[in-house]
Parts: sequence; structure tokens; C-alpha cells
Amino acid sequence: MFTRKWIVAVLSCIALQEVSAQDSTLLNLMNDSLSAGARTGYVTGTFKATHVVNMQTVESAAKGDLNFVIQHRFGQLNSGSYNFFGLDNATLRLGLDYGITDRLDVGIGRSSYLKTFDGYLKYKLFRQTESGKMPVSVSVLGTVTDYTQDIVGKDYLNTKYRTAYTGQLLIARKISSRLSLELTPTWLHYNLVPTVRDNNDLFALGMGGRLKITKRMSINAEYDYLPSNQVVSTTVHNSFSLGWDIETGGHVFQLVFSNSQSMLESQYLAQTTGTWGKGDIYFGFNISRNFNLKKKKPSTTKQ
Amino acid sequence: MNKIIALLVFALVSHTDAYSQLYTTRTGFVGFYSKTAMEDIKAENNQVFAVIDAGKKNLAFGLLLKGFVFPKELMQEHFNENYVESDKYPKASFNGAYTGEVTLDKDGVYKVTVKGNLTLHNTTKPIEAPATLEVKGGKLLGQATFKVKPEDFNISIPSLVRDKISPEMTVSVNIDCSPKQ
Repeated sequence: MFTRKWIVAVLSCIALQEVSAQDSTLLNLMNDSLSAGARTGYVTGTFKATHVVNMQTVESAAKGDLNFVIQHRFGQLNSGSYNFFGLDNATLRLGLDYGITDRLDVGIGRSSYLKTFDGYLKYKLFRQTESGKMPVSVSVLGTVTDYTQDIVGKDYLNTKYRTAYTGQLLIARKISSRLSLELTPTWLHYNLVPTVRDNNDLFALGMGGRLKITKRMSINAEYDYLPSNQVVSTTVHNSFSLGWDIETGGHVFQLVFSNSQSMLESQYLAQTTGTWGKGDIYFGFNISRNFNLKKKKPSTTKQ
Repeated sequence: MNKIIALLVFALVSHTDAYSQLYTTRTGFVGFYSKTAMEDIKAENNQVFAVIDAGKKNLAFGLLLKGFVFPKELMQEHFNENYVESDKYPKASFNGAYTGEVTLDKDGVYKVTVKGNLTLHNTTKPIEAPATLEVKGGKLLGQATFKVKPEDFNISIPSLVRDKISPEMTVSVNIDCSPKQ
């Protein structure tokens, strides 16, 4: 009897010790609190660069960041050994993007193709959230292009005639940390088209995506679909491009192949004359370099 | 029977002796710094959860890696995307104990040694660092600075940016804990 009471007493002691031992796993307490706040932010890094290949992505320069982009395309791969398979020729676009806010980005550029100037505004309308409440990121992009190349016998081509406008909705979703897809319904307006049978206002649909193969590399693909009967006077084709992104610090280097020579929406969407089948493939690269002009202050916001 | 009651009372008393005295915060600070000739990197997190059990001399920290704010937005994105992979491993935590005398009912600064395990990027490593605990108006304030090698936590730094990122980060911790209600 006596021993049994002792056993009960000892067991009670052990039980009490165990209760306190459970308290000491402070980590559990904390992990619960942390999990509550774990997935509340915006999804970042949907794409590495501001372009899939030719199509713009939902990404833009952060507030106070300046992004310098060099887009370079050699000549056609099928232009023969005399032209060193296209490497003798080059088309170049130099561009600058500046983040006015984290959501609003302004860009300017100059392209050697038809000596074209471009300017655009890009605004992040919606940003995909980690919680899934907002499933996609949506940006609006408005671009104006103006080509300035002299064309013999066409002195009547004034600035107004040479200007084209593009309005795009960039809808993207980072499906997993590796895969991101983007859909880009596009409206194009040309102030002047070659013949009356060609439309001044066109509709096109861009589709693109990236698949990360390592943490710092991805394979990109882009297809730009132009529904037929909009451009009639010349034979144009849909644009298809492949790219390989390599990211190192503030640089993104993209090696690309495309059947479009130009890198501007008003040109590659509705003026692509080459096809992959015939070997009208332009090899090239995009390089972007990010410069941080204004450092943001670390937030001191307390929860 | 009396003996048993005495023993139970003793068990209860000895138990309260080591009873938890929890001090917590949700707004602790953890920063890490890297200095090289090429670039200085700093990142700060003001939403650190911390619990100190002054009774048992245990302590634990936890934070979300996405909570680190860098002066450069792109650095912050690369930190999350390429280095700590915060999609896969969103948290970092520390769980350990400290040695040294801290008199809770008397204001003052006490030197202690903190020892425990740091978990980051799905890797756990032991850490030992000198720290100070300050008792001030019923609150418990903690401070520590120690070094961490990204390499130890399976975070690789590509050769192209190795000149810009120090192989060793200085980590600074500053917490201001109130008694848990």
C-alpha cells in the first residue's frame, strides 16, 4: 500500500515535469505565429527580364531603378556564307526604363530598324499574391513608335503618318517557382497603312512563357498570333521566338532566335515577313543592366 | 501519508522553481551585413518573433525570409529567388539556451552566452555567441552579434558575384521582449 502511494507520487512528479518540458519547445509556439503571416506578400520574379524575347513581360523597373536594355539581332541565318550566315548584319535597339514608382515605369528607345524611336508607359494594375487571392499579375502597356528613315520618293510621309500606337494587356501567372506564363491581348493602330484594304486597327494575341532550368537560367518561348485578313497587301507571318535567359547579379543576358527582325510591337506583330521553315531566323541577344539610382529606406513599419 | 503530501508539495514547489517565465515580441530586429570592396549589402527585418523563457533560460527566434528589406529591390528579389529560396523554405529559426545569471527583479545589463541551433535554407547548424540581456522596467531586452557563413547553410554564391558578397555575414539581433500575458 505504502509503495503504491510512493509510485503515484513519483508518477505525479514526472507528469508535472513533462508539462513544463512541453513549454520549453518555444519553437512550436513561434512556428504557429509565423505560419499565420507566411503567405501574404506579392509574388515576385515572374520573369527575370522585361522582355520574354520581343514581347514585354509584367516585370518593370522598381522605384528609382534605371534599366538599360540592349537588344541585338544579327541578319537572317539563311543569308548564306557570304554574309557569314547573318552575322555580318545587325539590327539594334537601345532602351532605357525608369521606375517612377514600383508600379509605374516609363521607357524610351531607339531602334536601327527603320530608324525608329519608341516610348512607352507600363503600369502594374494587379499583382499576383502568394495567398492566391489575386491569381494573376496584370500590367497595361501603351507604346508609341515613330520611324524616321528617309524613303526615296515618299516625302509626304510626315511624323503623323509614321506613327503607330500599341495598347497591350500583359496578363501573367507564376504557376510555380519554375514556370511562368503570359498572355498578351494587343490592339495596334497605324496612322497610315500601305493600301485601303489593310486595317488601321489590328488585333493580335501574344503568348509567352519561361521555364527555369536552374536558379539563374531559364528557357523562354513566345508566339505572337495575328488573326488573318488584317494585313492584306503584304504577306506577313506570326512571330515565333525562343530564348535562353542567364542572370548574373544586376545583368540579364538573353540569347534569342526569332523569325522577326524588329523588336518593337508595331513591327514584329504585324510586319514579320520571315518564316522559320525557310530559315529566315534572326539570332541575337538582349542584355539588360539594372542601375539603382535611388536607394529605398529600409521600412521601419512594425506589425 | 504525510510524507506523500510533503513530497507532492515539494514536487510542486520545485516545479514552480523552474516554471516558465515567458517574454515575447513580434517586432524584433535581425539584420545582416556584408562588406566587400565592390559592394556593401545590408538587409533588415523588423518582424522577428522572439520568445525568451527567463525561468528555464531558453530562447527561440523565428522570422520570415521575405521580411528582409534591402536598399536595392533587385537584391531583395535575388535573395529570395536565388539564394535562400524563400518559396521553398520561407522561415529561418533559432532555438537554444543561454548561460549566465540574470536577476529579473533588478534592472541591469547582464552578459550571457547563447548556444543553440540555427535553421536556414533547410539546414541546421549550431551557433554560439556572446549576448547581453537587459532587464529594464519589467521588460527583457536582448542583443547579440555573430557571424554566419552562407556556405554552411548550403547557399552557394556564383563565382561571378563572389567579389560582391562576403563569404561571412555579420548578423545583428536586437529584441525588446515584454512579459507574455
